[in-house]
Amino acid sequence: MKETLSKLKFWYQKAGELGAQYYNAPYRAAIARAKREEDDLFMLLVFSEMMGVPNPASWYCLELQPLLLERFHDWHQRMGMEHSPLDNFRCC
Amino acid sequence: MSAIVLLVLGLGGMALGYFFYSRFIANHIYKLDENFKTPAHEMEDGVDFVPTNKFVLWGHHFTSVAGAAPIVGPAIAVIWGWLPAFLWVTLGTIFFAGVHDFGAIWASIRNRAKSVGSLTGEVVGKRARAVFMIVIFLVLLMVNAVFGVVIAKLLINNPGAVVPVWGAVAVALVIGQLIYRFKFNLAWVSLIGIIVLYGLIYVGPSMPITLPDSTFGLSASASWILLLFLYAAIASLLPVWMLLQPRDYINGLQLFVGLILLYAAVIIANPSVVAPMINMDLPANTPSMVPLLFVTIACGAISGFHGLVASGTTSKQLNKETDARFVGYFGAVGEGALALAAIIAATAGFASLADWQAVYSAFGKGGVLAFVNGGATILHAGTGIDAAVASTMLTVMAALFAGTTMDTGLRLQRYIFQEWGEIYNIKWMGKALPATLLAVASCLVLAFGAGGADGSGGLLIWPLFGTTNQLLAGLTLLVITVMLVRRKSPTIYTLAPLVFLLVMTLAALLLQLKGFYDQQKWFLLGLDIVVLVAAILVTLECAAALKDEKRKAAEAE
Repeated sequence: MKETLSKLKFWYQKAGELGAQYYNAPYRAAIARAKREEDDLFMLLVFSEMMGVPNPASWYCLELQPLLLERFHDWHQRMGMEHSPLDNFRCC
Repeated sequence: MSAIVLLVLGLGGMALGYFFYSRFIANHIYKLDENFKTPAHEMEDGVDFVPTNKFVLWGHHFTSVAGAAPIVGPAIAVIWGWLPAFLWVTLGTIFFAGVHDFGAIWASIRNRAKSVGSLTGEVVGKRARAVFMIVIFLVLLMVNAVFGVVIAKLLINNPGAVVPVWGAVAVALVIGQLIYRFKFNLAWVSLIGIIVLYGLIYVGPSMPITLPDSTFGLSASASWILLLFLYAAIASLLPVWMLLQPRDYINGLQLFVGLILLYAAVIIANPSVVAPMINMDLPANTPSMVPLLFVTIACGAISGFHGLVASGTTSKQLNKETDARFVGYFGAVGEGALALAAIIAATAGFASLADWQAVYSAFGKGGVLAFVNGGATILHAGTGIDAAVASTMLTVMAALFAGTTMDTGLRLQRYIFQEWGEIYNIKWMGKALPATLLAVASCLVLAFGAGGADGSGGLLIWPLFGTTNQLLAGLTLLVITVMLVRRKSPTIYTLAPLVFLLVMTLAALLLQLKGFYDQQKWFLLGLDIVVLVAAILVTLECAAALKDEKRKAAEAE
């Protein structure tokens, strides 16, 4: 009985995984792209002050900067800036 | 004759095609290699390139290529009798569609998962690519205009389907929110979604909705078409997770349930095919079977649209090269099975030959309505589902498919306008809203320009959709054939379908040209000439590219 239950659970999980893949497969790229665009906008807000754009929430953005630095390089390249636009932070 | 014979012969033939012919093509022609590193692995980025389970990918590929066309085409073509349509669907799937769809995936993955459009440019030449862009724009334009009319007709003829058809949009919106915002379990959401959808189908017939005969001087058909385009424009502008993704998903599930029910009903009820094997008593003005049969049934036998999906998204997600056979060929078999169901419904779902003849009183009269009514009779007899509910179920199935194809088609057309905006530096055209409006406007011009005040222009140009779509398939087969010449593989298995398609398409276009001229339909005449010029250019490109490749191959030896 226990074995049957665990087998059933395994098949349910497997079916769930395949179902989720089937749901996502056709639109995975479009959604990932939309998410990236949102992230880019957020990144722009966080780093806006450093690029001379006044930001009333700069204190909070400053706190967030270390969390985003890892993705900073990809972001500035995507934005069309070959090298880091910030004087005090050179990632490349 | 019993419909079960058709079912067994058709599905049996396609199964044999999959097990034997596709294996032969995979091993000896395309020479699939299990160790070949597919672009999904080579360029994996978690966005476009993601190795995907082959069953999942098959589901995605099949539901993307299955629109209303495999239902509309065969249901119109049985006017020539059931045998020609049956043979073309079965043999077309085995020897044409399977090889084409499977080949499109193979050609794409061997070229870094590029789309057929850019492959044409690289493998054949820039001129061929320019023709390709025109052909693809025309196909999208026609798909959108045709499907608008098809859904409007369905909603007028079955007012009980209005609630479930529009209700499905609400169901999809709720499902999207539940999954993305509230992180609900997908299995439960799908189950509840399907139950609600079928619940709507059940209550639909008791709450029929009809539009007034005239609203601001517009007929009910014209009003529905305008409403549908308004919906499609909004849907194509919304983020995909909100409406398109859950809608396609729930539609896919509904297709599987619907097909299984219909086939089960045929086996239980064992209806007789009342339509003639070959119809000698054709209504006046019915065009000649050869070549029109081969362009009337496009999807379900061979369709260029499949090549776009195969090389657009499917190829980027293929886990192993050998999976291409299952995903591509078996995807075509799935579509063939849907077309076969349409043939059975439109020939065996009538009480007598006289009833059938009453529906097929003129060319284009049968169509999707014959599928709905015939299929509903079979469903009722086989499963005991109430006749009105069964007919609503099939109407919803056809309308939802046409609807999702319209959503995607309009979105793709918008991209083309945006691309043109960028190429020609027209800034306003590069933005989403104006580009969408332009896409909708071009479809409406076609629907109302060719069809007059009731907007039925889409259906009038159906044979032109067939020819344009077959041209697209021809281009894909050309790319595959050129690649085969370069690899010194036998080319006859792709060249023969290519030549056949081009000959039939050219013949159909010439025949229609004369017809439009005689009937003084100038709009259609103009459109026919555009497609004809494209067809001739494709034929010339085919001949030149193949001659060139053969010469190079000979010189290298």
